Amino acid sequence: MNDVPKIRLQGVQKRFGPKVVLDGVDLEIPRGKSLVVIGGSGTGKSVMIKCVLGLMRPEKGSIQIDGEETVGLRGDARDRLMRKFGMLFQGAALFDSLRVWENVAFGLIQGRGMGRVQAKKLAQEKLGQVGLGAEVGELFPAELSGGMQKRVALARAIAAEPEIIFFDEPTTGLDPIMADVINDLIVHCVEQLGATTLSITHDMASARKIADRVAMIHKGKIIWTGPVEEVDRSGNPFVDQFIHGRAEGPIHMEVRRP
Amino acid sequence: MNPFAAVGRAFITFLRTAGKLGIFGFHGVRHIFAPPFYMRLIGQQIMSIGYYSLPVVGLTALFTGMVLALQIYIGGSRFNAESLVANIVVLGITRELGPVIGALMVAGRVSAAMAAEIGTMRVTEQIDALTTLSTNPFKYLVAPRLLAATLMMPLLVLIADIIGVMGGYIVGTGKLGFNEATYLQTTYDFLEASDVVSGLVKAAVFGFIIALMGCYHGFHSQGGAQGVGRATTNAVVSASILILFANYLVTELFFSK
Ligand SMILES: Nc1ncnc2c1ncn2[C@@H]1O[C@H](COP(=O)(O)OP(=O)(O)O)[C@@H](O)[C@H]1O
Ligand SMILES: [Mg+2]
Repeated sequence: MNDVPKIRLQGVQKRFGPKVVLDGVDLEIPRGKSLVVIGGSGTGKSVMIKCVLGLMRPEKGSIQIDGEETVGLRGDARDRLMRKFGMLFQGAALFDSLRVWENVAFGLIQGRGMGRVQAKKLAQEKLGQVGLGAEVGELFPAELSGGMQKRVALARAIAAEPEIIFFDEPTTGLDPIMADVINDLIVHCVEQLGATTLSITHDMASARKIADRVAMIHKGKIIWTGPVEEVDRSGNPFVDQFIHGRAEGPIHMEVRRP
Repeated sequence: MNPFAAVGRAFITFLRTAGKLGIFGFHGVRHIFAPPFYMRLIGQQIMSIGYYSLPVVGLTALFTGMVLALQIYIGGSRFNAESLVANIVVLGITRELGPVIGALMVAGRVSAAMAAEIGTMRVTEQIDALTTLSTNPFKYLVAPRLLAATLMMPLLVLIADIIGVMGGYIVGTGKLGFNEATYLQTTYDFLEASDVVSGLVKAAVFGFIIALMGCYHGFHSQGGAQGVGRATTNAVVSASILILFANYLVTELFFSK
């Protein structure tokens, strides 16, 4: 049982009209490991995660969780599967009509039918874990800074203690110090839960900190994957260009030169 | 460009939209009747659709009743029918103007607000977040709005009917010189239960349309702030047109025996 990967994608294809975004993605994440996917903007990283979550349906390919095929799953089976997941969205995606603590407790109250009093206590505990006091819980998301919103979103993602957590650009748009705080929180929370994680980033400092393995996506395919220690000597010109952030190399940004 | 192809394409787009709308509405209604029920949310919607629409609907009904009395008097005097003011006011308000004008006003207020709120939730991924937190967006967002609007619209229209008739009474007795007691007596004699009921049935249908359009356009909005703006406009315009169309259908159903 233990050699069945927690998450396995095989030949996943997703297109929007004529535009092919994912063109046969193969990926495996062993139980309890942390994979970080790197790649340029608009290469389909968020789309890939949404396919795994079932928010989008791929045209082709297979996505297995614990060895069970999940593409096309609906109804109760999909609901049961959803409970395994926690997700930190790129833009935090906090519910702005609800208070911070209600956001964190949302999955517990609505999804699992926990009482509000107990859920509030748990939410405050989770907020504490991401370094926010109970008084923050009474505020609305619009009253928080970007870094605090990300922390609340992190608390919400881990509140129901999911087996699998996705982080979509957890540090994008934050200053380097706050980014490192978030990285530490992610590492800490994941260790505590023993969760399997799939993260997306183009922040290499973040990738080095949270990854066991790194995969690079380019033009809808995974072009390199390996342990995080080897990312500097991958021998792959695409990876080298990306981690050193050079404009010259095999990856061409679509910028018209004057 | 080939005009036949253009017409054909427009027709196919129309059918596709109608189909999507039908499925959307079906799921919305299905979730009204399947547990769990979000009582807090239903309560919130009842407040924001019903209670907060009262001033708008009340004022429109008042002015409509007033102008109706005036017009009937002026028009009726051409063939000595100016005594019919009370009769026609009560008929016109309960059958048509109460429900239709009330619904159009609520459409402007409520469809727009729903489309903007749900549309913003869509483009900021809050709807995706609901799903990942094991909450069905149809049950959480669409069902409470459909239910609350369908229940509250008849109540609003009942109030609009009363205020509208009162507007007619104010102008009729204050300006046109009708006797107070006679005016009320005529109104009362001419008031038919079937007129009021048909108006309330219309109101329920309109309420459903208002919420459906707001939710549908919000749900399918895309592309940031501009997309939400477009969704809001489309919600109000399509709700208004569908209300007038449904008004004809229900009237036909009730009165063409
Ligand atoms: N719902 C959608 N409809 C159409 N195109 C989309 C949609 N979502 C994403 N895309 C397109 O897919 C591509 C990849 O998007 P995304 O996965 O968000 O990129 P990133 O790797 O930066 O996360 C983009 O070019 C985007 O325009
Ligand atoms: Mg993205």
